[in-house]
Amino acid sequence: MTNVHQFDVVVVGAGGAGLMAGLYASRGAKTAVISKLYPTRSHTGAAQGGISAAFGNTEEDHPEWHTYDSVKGSDYLGDQDAIEFMCNEAIDAVLELEHMGLPFDRTPEGRILQRNFGGHTNNITGKPVRRACHAADRTGHMILQTLYQQCLKNKVNFFDEYQALDLLLVNGKAAGVVAVELATGELHTFHAKAVIFATGGHGRIFEVTSNAYAYTGDGAAIVFRRGLPLEDMEFFQFHPTGIYKLGILITEGVRGEGGVLINGKGERFMPKYAPHVKDLASRDVVSRAIYTEIREGRGVNGQNYVYLDARPDSVMKYAAADGRTNSDGSPYTITAEELLKKLPDIVDFNRVYLGIDPMTQMMPIQPTAHYTMGGIPTNKFGEVVIDEKNTVYPGLYAAGECACVSIHGANRLGTNSLLDLVVFGKHAGLRAAEYANQADFANLPDDPTAEARAQFDGLRNGSGKENAFDISREMKKIMFDDVGIYRNEKGMKSAIEKIHEWQERFKHVRISDTGRIFNTELLNAWELGNMLEVSEVIAECALNRTESRGGHSREDFPNRDDVNWLKHTLALKKNGKIEISYKPVIITKYQPKERVY
Amino acid sequence: MQVTLKVFRYNPEVDKKGHYETYQLDVEETERILDLLELVKGHHDGTLSFRRSCAHGICGSDAMRINGRNMLACKTLVRDVGDKITVEPLLGLKIIKDLIVDMEPFFDNYKKILPYFINESPLPADGKERLQSPEQRARFDETTKCILCAACTTSCPSFWGSDDYLGPAALVTAHRFIFDSRDESASQRLKIISETSGLARCHTAYNCTMACPRDIHITKAIGELKLATLTGKVD
Repeated sequence: MTNVHQFDVVVVGAGGAGLMAGLYASRGAKTAVISKLYPTRSHTGAAQGGISAAFGNTEEDHPEWHTYDSVKGSDYLGDQDAIEFMCNEAIDAVLELEHMGLPFDRTPEGRILQRNFGGHTNNITGKPVRRACHAADRTGHMILQTLYQQCLKNKVNFFDEYQALDLLLVNGKAAGVVAVELATGELHTFHAKAVIFATGGHGRIFEVTSNAYAYTGDGAAIVFRRGLPLEDMEFFQFHPTGIYKLGILITEGVRGEGGVLINGKGERFMPKYAPHVKDLASRDVVSRAIYTEIREGRGVNGQNYVYLDARPDSVMKYAAADGRTNSDGSPYTITAEELLKKLPDIVDFNRVYLGIDPMTQMMPIQPTAHYTMGGIPTNKFGEVVIDEKNTVYPGLYAAGECACVSIHGANRLGTNSLLDLVVFGKHAGLRAAEYANQADFANLPDDPTAEARAQFDGLRNGSGKENAFDISREMKKIMFDDVGIYRNEKGMKSAIEKIHEWQERFKHVRISDTGRIFNTELLNAWELGNMLEVSEVIAECALNRTESRGGHSREDFPNRDDVNWLKHTLALKKNGKIEISYKPVIITKYQPKERVY
Repeated sequence: MQVTLKVFRYNPEVDKKGHYETYQLDVEETERILDLLELVKGHHDGTLSFRRSCAHGICGSDAMRINGRNMLACKTLVRDVGDKITVEPLLGLKIIKDLIVDMEPFFDNYKKILPYFINESPLPADGKERLQSPEQRARFDETTKCILCAACTTSCPSFWGSDDYLGPAALVTAHRFIFDSRDESASQRLKIISETSGLARCHTAYNCTMACPRDIHITKAIGELKLATLTGKVD
């Protein structure tokens, strides 16, 4: 057998979670990080607004408030023990990033500067609290750079541009990963005692998305095909403010700095939907509000968009109306120069893609598919758990967006994703190294690359009647329209039928590139297979859940139903069919109540 | 609108040398060059190969030459370049396939300048952050924006003409750490970039600054590094 590598721990994915896992695992065990991209290309780098920690650097704040806000934000579907764990770890996690050199913006006293973000509140007054630590509007970029740099410093082994294709499970234990080296087309087997998936999300199944091309659900699809469950896949977050049509993210930090949403009639509409925190309600609430405005004919020029207004005069006008103050109690003011300094990339994106200047013009925005709340079920140590009793699967770990701890439940609060990947990436890395040091290597299967080869052969030898690009386009449109922000039985049933049709058509795809070197056509087609796989799971789970909660909004079941649905969904593939079971939500301090912002 | 897209093609498994293919496309003027490449790949020729990921100018995957200038394909719109568009791989790095070049020498240069925060002193007694004033933070703000796309380095005549010049991108990262008040290895890095393959190879052509999709004033940053090597000061 050629191309077999042996490591104690193999991490798949080199975004924030993968790098953090790699950094921690490599301190205690021989570790490799494999990634289909160069690490600095990972999607963590696109995160903009901040990472939350209840420092209280400019005003009172507490980890308990952060915990409650996240529980409420999750629409009570998040596991409260894990949320509390994350929010308590947040302060040390952000300090660790600072100690690694991350260039956070600073207060006049030299401490980490914090800004407002949706759903983060002072639990006594109910007003927004400054909890999001940031580096301008490129916080994710700085986290990604800093962690990659620290991995280089610590001599972590990287296998850049290696696409993971399969997970090897032998006798109920993780045994390794199969990957293709893009530069040569050769298959490699990574024999490991512990495998950590940190493969990100799958927003590319939707037509309008803020997500990178790389976000095709590879990790979730691989695990699912290997007979392990996925949790809460019906919950997908639509971020309220994507650039119209393009979906490019406009950070919630714009509203954190005082920007407001304006409909086609020139009205600020969020006070109708969230009387207390208005434009800083949680994302599911704001996205639905925008859609409701559009549906009721108050989009701009009858189109599917509204405006985000961050012009300094508007910001100050609405801040005065809201009684917003600086931390010293003085009225909130801001200049174009200050906004430009706080949000340089947002200004840049608007100029490049729309030809507008957000200091003098309003930004046309629409909700954009943004974040995968569901994923590979884990406990708070990053260990993959496979049933309603949370039985740990030996040697298998997941962290970051591909995992479902569940921290985010039915709706993630802004800034909690960066926190998630730092906290749980670290713990997955620690646990995996600890496990690897007392475990033996499982024997590899006789032919470890068989399944990966079979999948590639299928794409090389299809009848050629179908084109992957066309299937992909149809999928994105239908998933966005029928399994998107608003869902109903009729739309989802029809989407599921179509998904089955696409899966059939997919079997007839034949790629035209017969080469080995950087065969990106083969990889893109393989990724489409993953997207079809996760689309089916999402649609089936969404059809099954007959209530509305967080990011899952059923027109035919508009209310949350705690009696029947305060539980996690587990989807499993059995004999080619999706079977759904449930596991309880862990509730410690906070009993579910009505969610008002 | 109708555009003519001319793309450099090279398949190492078939071709002895590169050639150009031309595609006639019906597109919107607001589409990205990356959208055009995706369209060609999806409907005209699936073998066309290029790197891409975020599609909005933040991951640095798709730097290439567009009408002769280094740009990100995802951050350049049709209306920016007109209806006759030529797309070619970056110069100065080995072409692997079509628009994909060998990035290893680029990252090797990056790794030479100790591209990581170094501070071995004890943490503050309260265990909290190392203090840094907004002014100290602003001192290196611009060079933290680098996305390592290589547009600058591969636009530099000195890089084309040399086997071992560190190149502007590595120097930008050196600047990011050297001017960070919290970092303790400025002198070590200044020594590295003072060697013959470093600052001395910069002849102030300004190509790097023109090419940077993040609007970093690279020539200015390199100038500050040159001054620092002369004065030994990094304030």
